Amino acid sequence: MSKAILQLDALSCPSCMQKIKGALEKQDGVENVKVLFNAAKVKTDFDGDKISADKLSDTVTDLGYEVQSMKVK
Amino acid sequence: MKFQRYINQHTNQITLITAILIGVGLLGKVVDSDMIYTVSFIAASIISAVPIVLRAVSALRFKTISIELLVSIAVIGAFIIGEYNESAIVTFLFLFGTFLEDKTLAKTRHSIKDLTEMAPTTAMIVDDDGNTEKTDVDFVDVDDVVLVKAGGQIPVDGEIVDGSGHINEASITGESKLVTKGTGNQVFSGTILDNGTLKVRATKVGDDTTFGKIVELVEDAQDTKSPAEKFIDKFATYYTPAVLIIALIVGLVTKDFRLAITVLVLGCPGALVIGAPVSNVAGIGNGAKNGVLIKGGEVMNTFANVDTLVFDKTGTLTEGKTAVTQFKDYSRDQLALQIATAVEKQSDHPLAQAVVKFSGDHHIPFEDVQVADADTVKGRGVKATANGKNVLIGNLRMMNDENVDLTSEQRQDLENIQGEGSSTVIVAFDGQIQAILGISDVIRQGVKQSLATLKSLGIKKTVMLTGDNLQTANAVAEQIGIDEVHAELLPEQKVEYVKQFQQEGHKVAFVGDGINDSPSLVTADIGIAMGSGTDVAVETSDVVLMSSGFNELIHAYGLSKKTVINTKENIFIAIATVVALLIGLILGFIYMASGMFVHEASILVVIFNAMRLINYQPKAAKLDPDQLSVGE
Repeated sequence: MSKAILQLDALSCPSCMQKIKGALEKQDGVENVKVLFNAAKVKTDFDGDKISADKLSDTVTDLGYEVQSMKVK
Repeated sequence: MKFQRYINQHTNQITLITAILIGVGLLGKVVDSDMIYTVSFIAASIISAVPIVLRAVSALRFKTISIELLVSIAVIGAFIIGEYNESAIVTFLFLFGTFLEDKTLAKTRHSIKDLTEMAPTTAMIVDDDGNTEKTDVDFVDVDDVVLVKAGGQIPVDGEIVDGSGHINEASITGESKLVTKGTGNQVFSGTILDNGTLKVRATKVGDDTTFGKIVELVEDAQDTKSPAEKFIDKFATYYTPAVLIIALIVGLVTKDFRLAITVLVLGCPGALVIGAPVSNVAGIGNGAKNGVLIKGGEVMNTFANVDTLVFDKTGTLTEGKTAVTQFKDYSRDQLALQIATAVEKQSDHPLAQAVVKFSGDHHIPFEDVQVADADTVKGRGVKATANGKNVLIGNLRMMNDENVDLTSEQRQDLENIQGEGSSTVIVAFDGQIQAILGISDVIRQGVKQSLATLKSLGIKKTVMLTGDNLQTANAVAEQIGIDEVHAELLPEQKVEYVKQFQQEGHKVAFVGDGINDSPSLVTADIGIAMGSGTDVAVETSDVVLMSSGFNELIHAYGLSKKTVINTKENIFIAIATVVALLIGLILGFIYMASGMFVHEASILVVIFNAMRLINYQPKAAKLDPDQLSVGE
């Protein structure tokens, strides 16, 4: 399991959190998604064999949220 | 998806265009041109509805009935029945309100942003040949050596292996006092080297550093919800669909389509949803800026209700190190202290070290003293030959053994010093007592005043629990004016006391440095770690005071009270707004556009109210003169 931290542009609506969380959790190999509303960060565990980090970032971008930076550990 | 992103990024421009179109439409009305009026408002309605409808749809795909959905339905409804001006103004107000919300919310979140922006980004790694290379801080590993120059930021937690300098540790402790550090000292990531040059061997890097943990803690804390917030979240998930159903029923029963869509707009749960979280975000942000980490809204709530403060003594009320607090010199020429220092210099006994430190602070020269044959006498002290004199340094038992008698004045001094709970060191040579030193715990500065301030803020009872002996404990208690003292306790007995206070119906906060009181920190309603302490303490506690000061304790307590009041004010404003709108609706002078205006205004009011917390500072209580004289 790897860990990814995505920094997004400021989030304004609490419903954004549910959207992002829901969309990421639907992906195969993604677990423990945590969206930090005030810090505009997404923290998640993912299985590098099943899904790439870039795919995670794309998923969030497709929802309409700009990903400023991503850290993978 | 691309389209949605484009719209998201350009919402502000859309808002501006809508405003212009509405302006043109109103102008059309003035010049009595129905054409300009109608076309402008239709265009404004359509353009500004796009981002709202898109958001409503995308939320719906994740089975969430959002505020945007209510507004979308209302606006489309108004459009269908030809109320173009209403639909245009409602969507514009909604977009403009969201814009203002973003701007003001950003202000309340500023403190975390400031914090994350203080994080170091680059490091100068020194390789084995002494060459330096600049890299991204993410590529520094544990055990790498980094070079930090004056004005630079320390990129890792580590130990200084070479050099020295003055460091500003404000990012960690909240105090911008410069600290001097040299080889062997610990430094923290995120702190700034004011002057000097350092080589630092990394012990922790990236998110594992103290600074990284602080950032993570604050980020998590701002999203950890208070019970009020959790309730409102629950409420909102049912409330929004309920508004939809109510509007439907109203429409079906009254057959009044206008009334039904008005209900949709008025029912938006704006201020209610945002009011409580925004207070907490501002409150926690204020704490982080002032060296106080409060782990979330729930902690804030509980802390505000605390009425009993229980303190550990050593390292909390006292500095955890001993110092000479009394010095009686009968030799009158400081020779006793010079000789004592030279002899004690060779010992690592805590009392001996206190004596050496005392001489150092008072610039007592002792380098010329010739010491020979120093012997430790167990449980007594030290015997030595210094400058040709037979020197005895130790306790009363040693003096009795060696038949050195005390004069009545000296005996009185000795009893006085012991009565204050201090340990004593007696210095004798030439068969006579030359000096008596009293050594005791150093009480933190301003503790007494701080305890008084805490009481004025609402604390009813202060208690000290300590493993130390009763005499010392009482002496400390008397000097700081604490209500209750329990001494000679084991860590598990401290827990028992905490439980007992809780059973008596008190809300208890335990304040400790966490070295042996983690069980008490966990048991108490609120565990407060006096900072720089251990990682364990920081993790098990609810509130962390970064620079271990009592001012921070006052700040934390005052802040939690203020934040809770602020949250209540916001909930009140939100509910009052809904009630006022309902009354307005029944009496018939509130319609869609005016309803949306009031609604957006109430959101801004709660945000502005919360922003007052950003600059909160507690006021110090004034001590009355009687209180000051006690114990001095």
